Amino acid sequence: MLRTRAVLLGGAALSAMLCAAAPAVISGGGPALAAAKAASVKIDNFNFTPPTLVVEPGTTVTWTNADDSPHSVREMDGRFKSAALDTDDSFSQTFSAPGQYQYFCSIHPRMVGKIIVQPAGKTSSN
Amino acid sequence: MADHEHKDNEQLGAAGFNRRGLLKCMAWAGTGVLWTVNGGVPRSLGLLGEAAAAESHAGGLTFLQISDSHVGFDKPANPNALGTFQEAIAKIKAMPTQPAFIVHTGDITHLSKDKEFDDADQAMKALKQKVHVIPGEHDVADADNGKAYLDRYGKGTQGRGWYSFDAGGVHFIALINVFNFQPGFKSAGLAQLGDEQLEWMEKDVKGLSSSTPIVVLAHLPLWTVYENWGWGTEDAPRALGYLKRFGSVTVLNGHIHQIQQKIEGNVSFHTARSTAFPQPAPGSAPAPGPMKVPAEQLHSVLGVRTVNYIRGKSPLAIVDTPLSA
Repeated sequence: MLRTRAVLLGGAALSAMLCAAAPAVISGGGPALAAAKAASVKIDNFNFTPPTLVVEPGTTVTWTNADDSPHSVREMDGRFKSAALDTDDSFSQTFSAPGQYQYFCSIHPRMVGKIIVQPAGKTSSN
Repeated sequence: MADHEHKDNEQLGAAGFNRRGLLKCMAWAGTGVLWTVNGGVPRSLGLLGEAAAAESHAGGLTFLQISDSHVGFDKPANPNALGTFQEAIAKIKAMPTQPAFIVHTGDITHLSKDKEFDDADQAMKALKQKVHVIPGEHDVADADNGKAYLDRYGKGTQGRGWYSFDAGGVHFIALINVFNFQPGFKSAGLAQLGDEQLEWMEKDVKGLSSSTPIVVLAHLPLWTVYENWGWGTEDAPRALGYLKRFGSVTVLNGHIHQIQQKIEGNVSFHTARSTAFPQPAPGSAPAPGPMKVPAEQLHSVLGVRTVNYIRGKSPLAIVDTPLSA
């Protein structure tokens, strides 16, 4: 489901990413957000799965490394970055601001992924 | 790729045995091989342990390369990477001819954690020689993008940790290609040296005579070993361009946890074994992760490398020694 929407949004991804120069409001996952939505990305076999994830604002996304190799999660413009995640380590980031966030693994930079944050019901931000 | 490598090396073979067969067997069997480099052209003198190996250490500058120790790694491919690193160091200490210094070509630690750096430092303290280090991507994987490494090893270096030094008539250039990766949105995710470092390097070699032997250290290979796995450095050609006028250039890399070599003009490229765990040959597995081998074989695929340079004759003899030797 999410992947299908992601494909439809693919064309808008780059332009939105390039426009995202304004400081994004990305807050850490505090207790106040504990009841908010959650989503997850699995890091497995040198891939982020799903490679593109669409979430609603306020969603906390958790990446979990299932590989023997460590990986990291680093937003392209440095808006968020994990430390190296060992096997079974997790990293969470809460997304408040709608937009597109492209990220990669700083240890294996060919591994890339994308989070699209948009209000429910919308199919595209433009 | 592998076949191409074999061909390259076969052409260079000046030794009295079949280079192609040797390299094939070396790939994972872990046989140590002694190398000499004359005017940038390596040739094999014989298997480690033969008389030639001992002779190569007579006179000149000898230094030793260790790489990819991944201190902190404890997965099935090697449950005790600190232990094998300590073993490698014990082997160095036991060498009859002591190298003048050690170079560590990166991935000292597995996860850039303070404890891992502490353990690695403690292990290296057993060496009486200076250890010149450069970081691998695993050493700058902290959330602060390399602060842990630079706080510890960055003193007296240029830019973000690069430096050069002279020893025994050889000019050493320690480059860092783990800070400016091109994320793989449109590319293969190759490493980059970056403009600032390249400009520094151009100036660094400017005053040197073209007869000065050059040894370049960098973590990721400065030639593209396997693009699909990001095993290469995008702007390496620019760095090598600054070295074109030099008669002898030797590039020592780590990162890929196996021995690969290639000659291009005046430049010879060599990647070293890891002291922690092997990785699959390019393209031979879905991903370049740690490769598990039977426990009794592990020591044959880990190792250290000595390099010998005799002033005036300009040969660099390169000897890869498995930990099992």
